[in-house]
Amino acid sequence: MKFWPGRRASGFGANTNIKREEERRRTIFTRRAALLGTLQLGALGFLGHRLYRLQIEEGRRYATLAEENRVSARLFAPPRGRILDRRGDVVAGNRLNWRALLVAEQTADVTATIETFSRIVPLQDHEKARIERDIRRNRRFVPVILREFLSWEEMAAIEVNAPDLPGVSVDMGTTRIYPETEHLAHVLGYVGTPTEQDAGEEGLVHLPGMRVGRAGLERFHDRVLRGRAGAVQVEVNAVGRVIRELDRREGIPGQDVQISVDTGLQKAIRNKIDEGTTAVLLDARNGEVLAMATKPSFDPNIFNSGVSAAQWRQWTASRSTPLINKATNGLYAPGSTFKMVVALAALEAKVCRPGDIVHCPGHFDFGDTRFHCHKQSGHAGMNMRTAIAQSCDVYFYEMARRTGMDKIAAMSHRFGLGVDLDIELPGTRRGLVPTRGWRQAQGHPWNIGDTIVHGIGQGFYQLTPLSLAVMTARLATGRAVQPHLTRAIAGQPLRGGKPEDWPSLGIPEADLRVVRESMWAVVNGGGTAGSARLPGQYGIMAGKTGTTQVRRVSREQRERGFNVANLPREWRPHALFVAYAPYDNPVFALSVIVEHGTSGSGAAAPLARDILVEAFQRLPITPAPRDPRVAELGR
Amino acid sequence: MIFERRLLTESRGAGLVSKLWRVPWLFVLLLAGVAAIGYVALWTAGSGNPDAYAQKHALRFGFCLVIMLSIAFIDIRLILRFAWVGYAVALALLVLVLFHGNIGKGAQRWLDIGPVQLQPSELMKIMLALGLAAWFHRASWERMGNPLFLIPPALMVLVPVGLILKQPNLGTALITAMIGAAVFWAAGMRWWKFALMAGAAAIAAPIAYENLRDYQRARITTFLDPESDPLGAGYNIIQSKIALGSGGLWGKGFLQGTQGHLNFLPEKQTDFIFTLIAEEFGFTGAIATMFMLLAVIVFCYIVAFRSRHQFGRLLAIGLGTNFFLYVFVNVAMVTGAIPVGGVPLPLISHGGSAMLTVMIGFGLLLSAYVHRDAELGPMRE
Repeated sequence: MKFWPGRRASGFGANTNIKREEERRRTIFTRRAALLGTLQLGALGFLGHRLYRLQIEEGRRYATLAEENRVSARLFAPPRGRILDRRGDVVAGNRLNWRALLVAEQTADVTATIETFSRIVPLQDHEKARIERDIRRNRRFVPVILREFLSWEEMAAIEVNAPDLPGVSVDMGTTRIYPETEHLAHVLGYVGTPTEQDAGEEGLVHLPGMRVGRAGLERFHDRVLRGRAGAVQVEVNAVGRVIRELDRREGIPGQDVQISVDTGLQKAIRNKIDEGTTAVLLDARNGEVLAMATKPSFDPNIFNSGVSAAQWRQWTASRSTPLINKATNGLYAPGSTFKMVVALAALEAKVCRPGDIVHCPGHFDFGDTRFHCHKQSGHAGMNMRTAIAQSCDVYFYEMARRTGMDKIAAMSHRFGLGVDLDIELPGTRRGLVPTRGWRQAQGHPWNIGDTIVHGIGQGFYQLTPLSLAVMTARLATGRAVQPHLTRAIAGQPLRGGKPEDWPSLGIPEADLRVVRESMWAVVNGGGTAGSARLPGQYGIMAGKTGTTQVRRVSREQRERGFNVANLPREWRPHALFVAYAPYDNPVFALSVIVEHGTSGSGAAAPLARDILVEAFQRLPITPAPRDPRVAELGR
Repeated sequence: MIFERRLLTESRGAGLVSKLWRVPWLFVLLLAGVAAIGYVALWTAGSGNPDAYAQKHALRFGFCLVIMLSIAFIDIRLILRFAWVGYAVALALLVLVLFHGNIGKGAQRWLDIGPVQLQPSELMKIMLALGLAAWFHRASWERMGNPLFLIPPALMVLVPVGLILKQPNLGTALITAMIGAAVFWAAGMRWWKFALMAGAAAIAAPIAYENLRDYQRARITTFLDPESDPLGAGYNIIQSKIALGSGGLWGKGFLQGTQGHLNFLPEKQTDFIFTLIAEEFGFTGAIATMFMLLAVIVFCYIVAFRSRHQFGRLLAIGLGTNFFLYVFVNVAMVTGAIPVGGVPLPLISHGGSAMLTVMIGFGLLLSAYVHRDAELGPMRE
C-alpha cells in the first residue's frame, strides 16, 4: 500500500521538484527506448539482408536444388524385440511379411493409382478408406501400406504392372506373431497400429507397418521392444526415382525380453481348467510368475492385422470377458483363504495365543445378529490350528472382533492384498481390503458386525487371484516377494531373482509357523482339503480352502436344508484354494479360483493339486530334506 | 483509496463512445492484415485445403479480436491496480502446468481453455511485461539506482524463467528473460549493471550448456554445423533454406510451391510457416510481410512515446519487445541464423496459444493507448 500515497502528502515545492524529476525520467526513457528500437530495427534489417542473400543472390542455386534434385528421407521400422519364455522359446516373434507400399508424392494421381492397384489386387472398400486416411495423416513422402501379407502371385502381378503403378513398391517387412495363440495372450498382450498419442519424440508412428504394444507385456516393455527407426536419405529426381543414397542410419533393433512363464506348464494348466477358472502359480522364493492361466482367452494374432467389428463386439459383449485377464483384473472375495491373515493380525495384536480355545456352537451371536458357521452343528472347541484346518467361521468371527478391522487390513497390506503389486501388466487392479476409514469416506458407519463378517473373508473385499498367490508366497517364505514376469532384458538378468533380493516381512517366525502348520493340517491333518494331498514323491503341500457366496443365504433357506448343488450355476459359490509346496522348503505358491465351483475343497483344491503335480514334473527343483516335524503334526 | 475510487467512477463518465473513437482502428486493421497473410499461408500449408488450418485460424483470430477489444476498453488504472493479479495467475498456471506435466509426454505444457489451448509460459511473457511496468511506473531515476528496489522485480523475472527452464523450454525461457531485461532497461536501470549481468551470463553460459537436455544441446550443435545431422534438426534448416531460396524474387505463385521437399518440413503450419510465404510469394512477399510485422512493432513504440504515464510507456516497450522477439527468433530460425527453437510467427502460425497471448497483450497496449492521458498518481522518489 505504500505505493499509493495520497496527493495531500506533497506540498507545492515538492510538486515542482516531482515535475522536474518526471521530465528527467521521461528523457531517459525516450533515449533508451530509441536505442532499443534502433537495435530491434537493426536486427530485423539483418534478417531482411539474409532473406535478400538467400532469395536473390543465391536464389538460382537453391531453385536448382529444389527443382532438379530433391532430397527424400525414408525411414524404416526396426524389427521388434522378441519375447522369450523361461526356456528361451519364442512366444512373441516376428514373421516376414511382403507388402505393397504407396508413396503419395511419387504419383500424380493417388486415387487413380489405388484404383489401378485394386484391379490387380482387389481391395475392399474399408481397406481403401484406411489407405486414404493414412495418406491424409502422413507426410507425402511416407510410404503407406496398400496391402500386407501378399502371396507370390500377387507380388508377381504387381511387379509386372509396375509401369502403371507409379509410387507403388513391394517390400519385405515383419509382423508380430504369437505362436502360442490364446495360451499366453493375457500375459503378452498384443500390438496394434500406433495413434497420434503414441508418436512420442521419435516420429516412429509414421512408419509403415509400425506396431506398438497395446496391452500386457508388449505395452509395458514397449520402449525396450520397439528399438529405434533407421533412416536413409536419398536424392530423387523429379519423378521420384532414387538417384543416389546420401546417408544411411541403421536402426537399432528392439531388445529381447525373457519372461519367467513356462509355456509348457501354462498350456498344461490351461488344458486342465474350465471357463471362469483362474490359476496363478508363482515361484514362492522370488515372486516369478511361472504360470498365469485363465479361461476364456483370445488370440492376440488377430489384433495384428486388425480386429473386425463383429469380432470386437463378440468379445466385449461376452459375459465371460475373454479380453480381461482375470488373474490381475478379476476381483473376488477371498473367503476362508483370508483367515491366515486374520490369525496373524490377532497374534500380532496379542489378543489371543495360538492355543486359546474358542467354542463354536455353529453360530456366533453379536447383539441381535446371528452369524453362522459353515458347519451348522458347530465345531465345539477350536484353537488357532484346528480353526484354520477345519475352517471354523465362529473362531474367526471372534478373532476379528477382538482384533479390529484396521489391524486386519494393515496385516493384509503387508501380504500384498489390496495394494499395488507393481507387476509388469498395465491395468492390473489393486483390489480392496476395506478399512473403517474407507467405509466412512463412503458415508456409511462401520459397525463391529462388519468387522465380524470380514473376519472370514466375506464382505467388501475385492482381491485378484494374483494377490492371493502373492499372499501365499509371502506366508510360505516370510519375505515380501513381489510378483514379476521379466527375467532378463537383452540377455541381462534383472534383479529380484534371488530370495535375498526381497526384504523380510518382519513377522515373528513363531507366528508364521503356527499358520504354516495350520495350512499343513488343512491338507494333511484331517482338514478341509484332505482329498487333495500330493502324491508322495512330490512332497507335501500346505493350503487353505475358501468358498465364497455370490448370493446371500436366507434364514428360510437355511432352515429348509439349503443345498448349493440345487442352485442355478451362476448362483453357486466361488471355489478358492491357495497352496504352497513343498511344505518344508517352499518353491511353488499357487492360487486357484473356480467361479461358481460350489466348494473350495471339492473344486479348487484337487485342481491345485493337479497343477502342482504338473509343476513338479515340468520344472526342475532341488528336492529338500524332509522336515522331521512334519510327521509329528499328523497326530 | 477513496481518491482512487473517485477517479475510477469519473472515468466511467468518459463514455464508451469517446473511447471507441480513440481506438486506433488503423492498427486493428493492420493486425487483421497480418492475420490474413496467415490465412493465405495456412491455406497453402493445408495443401490447398482451407479447412485444414486456415478456417480455424480465421475463427481463432475473430475470437481473439473480441478479447483484445474488450481489454482495450478496460480503464488503464484498473489494469494497473490488478496487474499483480494477472502476474500471479500466470505464475500459478506455470506451476500448475509443471506438476500436471508429469503425466503426459510432450503435451505437458498446455492447458485447454475454451476454443484455444494456452501455454502458460506464453501468457507469462505478457504478464511479466505488465507486472514489471506496474512495479516501475512510479520509480524515479534515483530510486532505480537503489539495488534493494531492484531485487523484487529481478525475482519477478527469475522465478518464471526458472520454472520455464524446468519444463524444459530453453527458447521461451531466454525470450522471457530478454523481455524482462528490456523493461529494466527502459525503466532506467544503470547501464553498468547491465554490463555486469552480461558478463555474468557469459560466465554462466558454459555451465548452463552442461545442464541442457540432449535434444537442446543437439539444437545448438546442429546450428553450428547443420550438415552434421542431415536427418535430424539440421535437416529442417537445410530444407527450409532450399524452400526459401528457391522462391526467388517473385515466388512460385500461390499454391505452386508445394513441391516434394516442402513435405519434408515438419511443423510447416507452425514454426516454418514463413518458409511457405517466402517460397510462394518470393522475396517480395517475404519482405512485405516483414514490413507489416515491423509496423506492428513501430506502433508499440508510438504508444510508448505518446503515453503520458510511465506505466503505459514501460508496458508498451515490454509488449513491443515480446512481439519483436517472436518475429526475430522465428524468421532467424527458418533462415538458419539461429538454432531451431519452436517459436511460432505470431498471428500467422497455426496454433492458439501464441495468438491468444499476443492479442491479450495488444488489448493491454490498446488500453494504454486509449487511456494514454490518464492520471496515474505522482512519482515516488
